[in-house]
Amino acid sequence: MANPSAVCNGHLHHHHHQKQNNLLKSGICKKNGITKGMKKNGVSNGTLYKKTFIEHFEQAPMYVAVLTFLGFGVGTVFGYLRDFMRAWGLEKRNIAAEREQQKDFVPLYQDFENFYTRNLYMRIRDNWNRPICSVPGPQFDLMERVTDDYNWTFRFTGRTIKNVINMGSYNYLGFAETDVNALKTVAIELQKYGTGVCSTRQEMGTLDKHVEIEKLVAKFLGVEDAMVFGMGFATNSMNIPALVGKGCLILSDELNHTSLVLGARLSGATIRIFKHNNMQSLENLLRDAIIYGQPRSRRAWRKIIILVEGIYSMEGSIVRLPEIVSLKKKYKAYLYLDEAHSIGAVGATGRGVVEYFGMSPDDVDVLMGTFTKSFGAAGGYLAGKKDLVDFLRTHSHSAAYATSMCPAVAEQIIRAMKCLMGLDGTTQGLQRVRQLGKNTRYFRRRLHEMGFIIYGNDDSPVVPLLLYMPGKIGAFARRMLEKNIGVVVVGFPATPITESRARFCVSAAHTREMLDTVLNALDELGDFLRLKYSRYSKSSHPELYEETSLELED
Amino acid sequence: MDIKSMKSYLYWLYCQFELITCSYLMEPWEKVLFYTFNISMLVMVLYTAYIFIPVHLSTAFQFFLHLFGNQHENTVSIVK
Repeated sequence: MANPSAVCNGHLHHHHHQKQNNLLKSGICKKNGITKGMKKNGVSNGTLYKKTFIEHFEQAPMYVAVLTFLGFGVGTVFGYLRDFMRAWGLEKRNIAAEREQQKDFVPLYQDFENFYTRNLYMRIRDNWNRPICSVPGPQFDLMERVTDDYNWTFRFTGRTIKNVINMGSYNYLGFAETDVNALKTVAIELQKYGTGVCSTRQEMGTLDKHVEIEKLVAKFLGVEDAMVFGMGFATNSMNIPALVGKGCLILSDELNHTSLVLGARLSGATIRIFKHNNMQSLENLLRDAIIYGQPRSRRAWRKIIILVEGIYSMEGSIVRLPEIVSLKKKYKAYLYLDEAHSIGAVGATGRGVVEYFGMSPDDVDVLMGTFTKSFGAAGGYLAGKKDLVDFLRTHSHSAAYATSMCPAVAEQIIRAMKCLMGLDGTTQGLQRVRQLGKNTRYFRRRLHEMGFIIYGNDDSPVVPLLLYMPGKIGAFARRMLEKNIGVVVVGFPATPITESRARFCVSAAHTREMLDTVLNALDELGDFLRLKYSRYSKSSHPELYEETSLELED
Repeated sequence: MDIKSMKSYLYWLYCQFELITCSYLMEPWEKVLFYTFNISMLVMVLYTAYIFIPVHLSTAFQFFLHLFGNQHENTVSIVK
């Protein structure tokens, strides 16, 4: 990483301001992490973090929060008005309603609960579920659709919008491609095995392909054994119940993905939540758990397991793995690391957060990941010690009841992994990882310079750009599509109410020109929609920094 | 040229208003309703200000004059 004191003024200035920002103004006061990371070169904390850990969570000025609530207030008032008109028959009802004969029964559709969906989401619904009709590579084709009745129904005009730049797909290493040479082995396996497996792992669904891929995954991660499943979400939700049960304690991060939350709830264990990436909070919970034990009987917990993710996809933040591992060793808990977004995307050779922090995979008890994001396939894996994986093979719900992975998909994963490891004889895999790192750093740096508020770690390829106001969510997505760029915007239920955002996923397949097109469009749109809320932007002439920047872009 | 940039600036201001108050998302009849309500509120506030503020100001001025300025009136009458 670049030595901050050696680079040009702008970069040092930027770091200095970030330190002030984080210490004084950040609403989320991270005591252990940010202050340690902000000390240059990790001098005072050289034992845990081998390189600087810089995360930004800048708060917007107060007037932005006020205006956001104002916008939501107006939306709510009009929502009540529309509901009133619908209830009194002044307007046609477009949502599901019961039949006349069942009006006296217990209501099937609870009207008020869907207030937000009916009145606010419906107005901007055309920005989601857009059907695409090509491979989701760096550019893709969209089917054009129009609505005649304000987004209640859509119809396709028959045209396709071609070559829309794709900033929303989780295609981190660019393996979602249709190049015939690349997919040669996949086509051969498809001819050999067909598409369906028609059985579960425990019955007749374990093919030699599965054995091959499991060995390869174990070798890639540096662990003893691994097991693969057909669906990434189901890997979490179906296997956590097999690992923990009643009488165990789960300590889960505030912002964990739904699959982890669902798995934790299904297991029947006690769940306690610690603040996002906050090690003080986690340590307090661990101490309380060990001192007080189970709630009524005061017995010791059978097992304490910590559930965290490698990269959190809504924030772009990276887990503080060294601190968590030292905590887990001190208090003798287990660690379950979900590397869905970080496997392949971070680390010098793409082996995830474990490699990013320079730690050994033996420190983490259960390594989980998915193949959906960086490998251009589908499915998930669980890896760790051989005893653990053998236990899962017999006790997992997914192994007993879910269909196993399709062999052609398995072959795609095998070829992608071999490419990453360099086993196919080329350095293409390493080049992709490096390109992703370069693209990520460039994109984030330019966005910071322009003055947008960006969340997350400087090395994470997930870039959330804060929009705040509900009116701007729809305007942003629509205008970006007019400029031929496809983005994903996220609003209330998935994020806190005042912090709606647009989430960009940088890919190794994006060229510099594509990123520049996107950045220019963002610049223009940022000025038009007034999105540049950051108080720490550098200058309006970023071209001047391009030549004098001494940041090492390897 | 100035008129054109002025017009585009006003259009941009109007867009900002639309975005902040979510009227960008409303159907046309809802917009009419919303703007009517807003403009009528604004007109009422301005009218009230126009009628009442001068009266209030002069009353306040006289009150303070009376509080501090009996001497002032005396001096005026002596000179006269």
